[in-house]
Amino acid sequence: VPDPLITQVQPWASEFGDPVDATPYGMPIRFESHVVRRNVPWLTESPISSINFTPIHALEGTITPQGCAFERHHSGAIELSKSDYRLMVNGLVDTPLVFTYEDLTRFPRHVQTFFCECAANGGMEWGGAQLQGAQFTHGMIHNMEYTGVLLRDILNEAGIKPEGKWVYVEGADASSNGRSIPLEKAMDDVMVAFFANGEALRKEHGYPVRLVVPGWEGNMWVKWLRRIAVYDRAVESREETSKYTDLMPDGRARKWTWVMDAKSVITSPSPQAPIRHGKGPLVITGLAWSGHGKIARVDVSLDGGRTWTEAQLSGDIKPKALTRFHLNIDWDGREMLLQSRAMDETGYVQPTKDQLREIRGLNSVYHNNGIQTWWVREDGEVENVEVS
Amino acid sequence: DKLGLGRPAVPEEIEAWDVVVLPDGRGLPEGSGDVSTGEEVFAEKCAMCHGDFAEGIDNWPVLAGGQGTLTDRRPVKTIGSYWPYLSTVWDYIHRSMPFGAAQTVTPDETYAITAFLLYSNGLVDEDFVLSKENFTEIHLPNENGFYPDDRAEVEYPKFRVEPCMTDCKGEVKITKRAADLKVTPTDPDGRPAGTIPDWFEVAQNDTAPEAPADEAQAEPAAEAEATAMAAPDPALVAAGEKVFRKCKACHKVGEGAKNGTGPVLNGVVGRPAAAVDGFKYSNAMKAAAEDGLVWTPENLHEYLAAPKKFIKGTKMSFAGLKKPEDIDAVIAYLSTFGG
Repeated sequence: VPDPLITQVQPWASEFGDPVDATPYGMPIRFESHVVRRNVPWLTESPISSINFTPIHALEGTITPQGCAFERHHSGAIELSKSDYRLMVNGLVDTPLVFTYEDLTRFPRHVQTFFCECAANGGMEWGGAQLQGAQFTHGMIHNMEYTGVLLRDILNEAGIKPEGKWVYVEGADASSNGRSIPLEKAMDDVMVAFFANGEALRKEHGYPVRLVVPGWEGNMWVKWLRRIAVYDRAVESREETSKYTDLMPDGRARKWTWVMDAKSVITSPSPQAPIRHGKGPLVITGLAWSGHGKIARVDVSLDGGRTWTEAQLSGDIKPKALTRFHLNIDWDGREMLLQSRAMDETGYVQPTKDQLREIRGLNSVYHNNGIQTWWVREDGEVENVEVS
Repeated sequence: DKLGLGRPAVPEEIEAWDVVVLPDGRGLPEGSGDVSTGEEVFAEKCAMCHGDFAEGIDNWPVLAGGQGTLTDRRPVKTIGSYWPYLSTVWDYIHRSMPFGAAQTVTPDETYAITAFLLYSNGLVDEDFVLSKENFTEIHLPNENGFYPDDRAEVEYPKFRVEPCMTDCKGEVKITKRAADLKVTPTDPDGRPAGTIPDWFEVAQNDTAPEAPADEAQAEPAAEAEATAMAAPDPALVAAGEKVFRKCKACHKVGEGAKNGTGPVLNGVVGRPAAAVDGFKYSNAMKAAAEDGLVWTPENLHEYLAAPKKFIKGTKMSFAGLKKPEDIDAVIAYLSTFGG
């Protein structure tokens, strides 16, 4: 039967579309309205101190658009203008300094792409499969190309005293989120950023200035950065003691678990991205990342981890940034238990959830980088499951 | 090679922003506070979320108890059971609390609240006074419960091995299904929220948003003009929406709003006091309602200016809005939500 979409002249092939300037700063076309951040209301008591999730199940490539990149606020996203912005550097420095936004733009500029993952990404899954969808199980992550300056250039301007071993970074919002970072990291690759993906930071990501701490947990990426202080020890703030520490089975807790270990997830098919086209050619796609450097390899299993096939890494592979992988298969229409397993350039292989639980128990909340299983049913619907 | 950017920070600026307190007591200002004062201040500024006994209301953090639970399946992580340093407690209260009114607790009040929290956790007696002088003598029970990240020694050697590719395990069975728990937000069709739609299904039900025809536009415009006489000034409503941010942590408003730490505020303007079903009002508020208190704009104005003065004993621990214009704005904003 001839397809009328082809045989008949359609309105869009005959009439005008929108003029220029219809949307001076564009929004996605209305057909993509499901591709938005979403939260899980029962997770937190107030949306002012809460988190939402990137719709990774509906995105491709590696760059996360700012408009749908997950948000985490401890006291709401504040409105801070460039003219009201000040950054103070003090503590164990030769000269405590104050910078305006414009001052920061005069340091040598750097452009680099990094993932930012909340330490609690996957935290709800420690006790077993809980949430239906990659957005909810793995969506506390985004990946952006940042433009900014190196923290070390700013610190050098103030001059670090020999006894300075840590920097404490603090935000300007009411939560005053602050974290201690060892000096070696601060002098290595930490950025003070003001652009992401080519545009100014969005309000919810710390406009006008945020910290970028490559490969390390998102809580340290202080937004609305207002103060950098050099100390001889860690401050041991609320966010690095009562939160963001990992309770172990013996009742003691790991602290300073900054690095995000290698991890991956299949974004499609997944519970929010079922297979609707039936059997035959199927593209399996997902994301892999490591806080230790580049992704070296990603394997995919269709049978719950009995056999594995190496997937293709698509596009540029950058250290401490999201890497896209694809595996093209001929689906026979039978059930699958899909898994992905990342390996990074240090040789670290993403463990199973059970391997992690064996060491860390069920109460560690943070840093769940275990292998995810999606159960693809014959009708193409997908469920979050755990397997033996 | 310095660029000469920035300018020296002056001492007053450093003093204003560098208020952090370290475990060794560095950064503590002069001052002191006792347990009973702390209990009063806590009841006024903290108890609406953390509970009168620091037990935590709803999902707000529990601050007391929980000792001996860190190996349980549901550990209770409190100041007494988990936090390593008292400096963290003092620093966080002083710098980041109360939620929505940070940096309003004085040093003496902070010493007092901290003393009360030590008391709530059974760590000091009721006549205890905490001060800058005795601060570092206090050690929290779990101070030695933390150790630096040891994944590099404990985990990485285990996981840095050549991965298995074939015959990696025997029969694979599903052991857990998220679907059984039903805790994922859903779309109206029952699927997980945000599920990518079936394009063909969508196309069949799709109607493009039509550009409004001229005559259709004219009618509602005339109607809007008529109602505008009675409706509040949109600029005032917009200003009120901003002011309402101070209330949002506890009060919900709008479609689907539910009671939170405070009652839902739909229809509050003009409604009798203490009238929301399912909200546990203070005795003081219930008594006021029995005496016939109605939330007229005038009464709301007085209440929002000084809640505790207008109703002594109200649970609402909000200090009040200082500017009369902010109060007018927030009342205008609330008046746009019907019951």
